[in-house]
Amino acid sequence: MSEQSKGDLSLVALTKSFATFTAVHPLDLTIPQGSFFALLGPSGCGKTTTLRMIAGLEEPTGGRIRIGETDITDTKAYQRNVNTVFQSYALFPHMTVVDNVMFGLRRRGDKDAKAKANEVLELVQLGQVANKKPTQLSGGMQQRVALARALVNRPDVLLLDEPLGALDLKLRRQMQIELKRIQQEVGLTFIHVTHDQEEAMTMADSIAVMNAGRMEQLGDPATLYEQPRSTFVANFLGQSNLLRARVNPGGTDDMVTVRAHDVDLEVSREHLPDGVGDVWLGVRPEKLRLGESGGPNHLRGIVRDVSFSGVATQYSVEMPWGQELIVIQQNDGSNRATLGEAVTVSWAAQHGFALDASQDAEAGAELVDDHG
Amino acid sequence: MAETAVLSTGSAAPPSRRRRNWVPYALLLPGILWLIVFFVLPMVTLASQSLQEGNVDDGYVFTANFSIYVDALKQYWPQFVRSFVYAGIATGLALLLAYPLAYFIAQKAGRHKNLVLVLVIAPFFTSFLIRTLAWRTILSDDWFITTWAQNLHITDFLQAVGLTDNDSLLNSQFAVIMGLTYNFLPFMILPLYTSLERLDPRLIEAAGDLYASPWQTFRKVTWPLSLPGVVAGTLLTFIPAAGDFINARLLGNTQTTMIGSVIDAQFLRVLDYPLAAALSFILLILIVAMVSVYVRRAGTEELL
Ligand SMILES: Nc1ncnc2c1ncn2[C@@H]1O[C@H](COP(=O)(O)OP(=O)(O)OP(=O)(O)O)[C@@H](O)[C@H]1O
Ligand SMILES: [Mg+2]
Repeated sequence: MSEQSKGDLSLVALTKSFATFTAVHPLDLTIPQGSFFALLGPSGCGKTTTLRMIAGLEEPTGGRIRIGETDITDTKAYQRNVNTVFQSYALFPHMTVVDNVMFGLRRRGDKDAKAKANEVLELVQLGQVANKKPTQLSGGMQQRVALARALVNRPDVLLLDEPLGALDLKLRRQMQIELKRIQQEVGLTFIHVTHDQEEAMTMADSIAVMNAGRMEQLGDPATLYEQPRSTFVANFLGQSNLLRARVNPGGTDDMVTVRAHDVDLEVSREHLPDGVGDVWLGVRPEKLRLGESGGPNHLRGIVRDVSFSGVATQYSVEMPWGQELIVIQQNDGSNRATLGEAVTVSWAAQHGFALDASQDAEAGAELVDDHG
Repeated sequence: MAETAVLSTGSAAPPSRRRRNWVPYALLLPGILWLIVFFVLPMVTLASQSLQEGNVDDGYVFTANFSIYVDALKQYWPQFVRSFVYAGIATGLALLLAYPLAYFIAQKAGRHKNLVLVLVIAPFFTSFLIRTLAWRTILSDDWFITTWAQNLHITDFLQAVGLTDNDSLLNSQFAVIMGLTYNFLPFMILPLYTSLERLDPRLIEAAGDLYASPWQTFRKVTWPLSLPGVVAGTLLTFIPAAGDFINARLLGNTQTTMIGSVIDAQFLRVLDYPLAAALSFILLILIVAMVSVYVRRAGTEELL
């Protein structure tokens, strides 16, 4: 069964409503077989609900779920070749580690259950605790047991619901690397749910950013970061400086000028959504330079805050209209500015991006601070 | 007892630690005293009583008359066997009835949980005797239950398997077993409820996620995790049911006498104290033996 049904996972207009509340608005998504896919979004945006629908633990209100050519929407969880690593691990407390890992194989009558279980326990470096009970293990070890228990079945799709949420930062980084290594080794489709943008960007081949039950943007980490298509994505993935601007008519094939607070600024045409007049012009803090860089984009302001963090210095530069821009300067030997100094801030035209001004400039910004 | 504990901490322990070691024993003291006065002393009296000879009028003398145990077993083994069989069947029935109910209350009742629990306990607000007498009405010949059972040929079936002797339901083995099941049902439900309540529903989901069908999920996850409740519930049902003397008397006939009724009669009507004491002791020993085998078999030590 596992061999024939492999293929890309596709969600077609998948919807979930609870009584009066829609947790997942119609969602269309195709996740290529063998990819490491991250579902990123703030708490309550519908990530777990989406995952549970794929696993068969929650019945969709509408839409279809397919793996390859097979429609699995109406099958029960235990009939699906999909496994989950639960946020709470959900290890069976009355079974040893190895019995936990064999559980899925045993249910399908696999003769080599024991050998396969031991093999996967070696993979997650837990061979020596195979005969312990889950409660005798540390949180990180339990997490790896949960991973091994799902992984050993070689499902078409492996769902990971914030599996690293309970770990401390160091163990978390370690597990991120380990997870990525395991995924590349076994080549299964991983769907990794997280609200940690850094985790999503380091691990995933592609990321879907969700907000309030809707998918905001889908793409590989670099594209999402360099060319966010909404203020939510711009703020949720890293930081952004957003300047209110109006598109000037004309421009060349490559470049468009926009007018922000009486200053003309350039932005690549490909970074400008079609048919909008009022925009937010966004630039990432590390793309801004202090001092002239010879390009067309520069603004003058006064340094209001300096914080040095070793590898970089972060400045807050106040513009004449009161807005403060954040500038991050690498500690590369260039001159440092001092508090109260009047400086020029500049950036290359291709580093800017424009977003429809009808959106809230703060969207997503307040949600990122507590995770890092 | 407390003194040995102090000594065993060794001379290396600082004085303040020595003092604190008294506390658990001090807390145990009232319980131990209670047990000595109301359990150990009566047991000793009972044991000595069983080995005495004489009668109520002339008084008793201790004669170490161990043969009374042999005689008691010889004469009353059918009542012993009957008690354990009835109690066993009642325990099995109670488990079958209680498990789904407890599962429902613990996992599905949501905010009605407390209400349903109160309903389970509600019959306890009336006395055991009254509740059992009510069953005389329920099973009486002129009530609809008997009529229905007759119409549906249930009475024929019960007669065929020997649980009743005639067309009525009352005054039969069937009625006694029903009474026992009913009377001890809450003792089954409550421990089952407690252990099913602790069952994490996410484990059920995890089992389903790992290809276990609902039945396999029950066998491999739900049932093993509820075993402590099953063991506690079956013990709390079986032990009092085996020693019960009300149900057999009110709902049975002369052929359904249980050992509890015999002991009751010997103590209070025949006034043969040594025999009654010996019978009580045999019942006690048999139950302790069965319970220890059962608990070991169930392998629940590590689960509890
Ligand atoms: N059974 C339910 N009944 C009603 N509402 C629900 C139910 N399950 C989830 N919701 C709602 O659906 C929304 C999405 O929930 P979901 O668990 O998918 O969020 P999430 O993105 O996983 O969040 P988190 O990062 O906190 O885990 C939430 O607002 C939640 O309150
Ligand atoms: Mg969640």
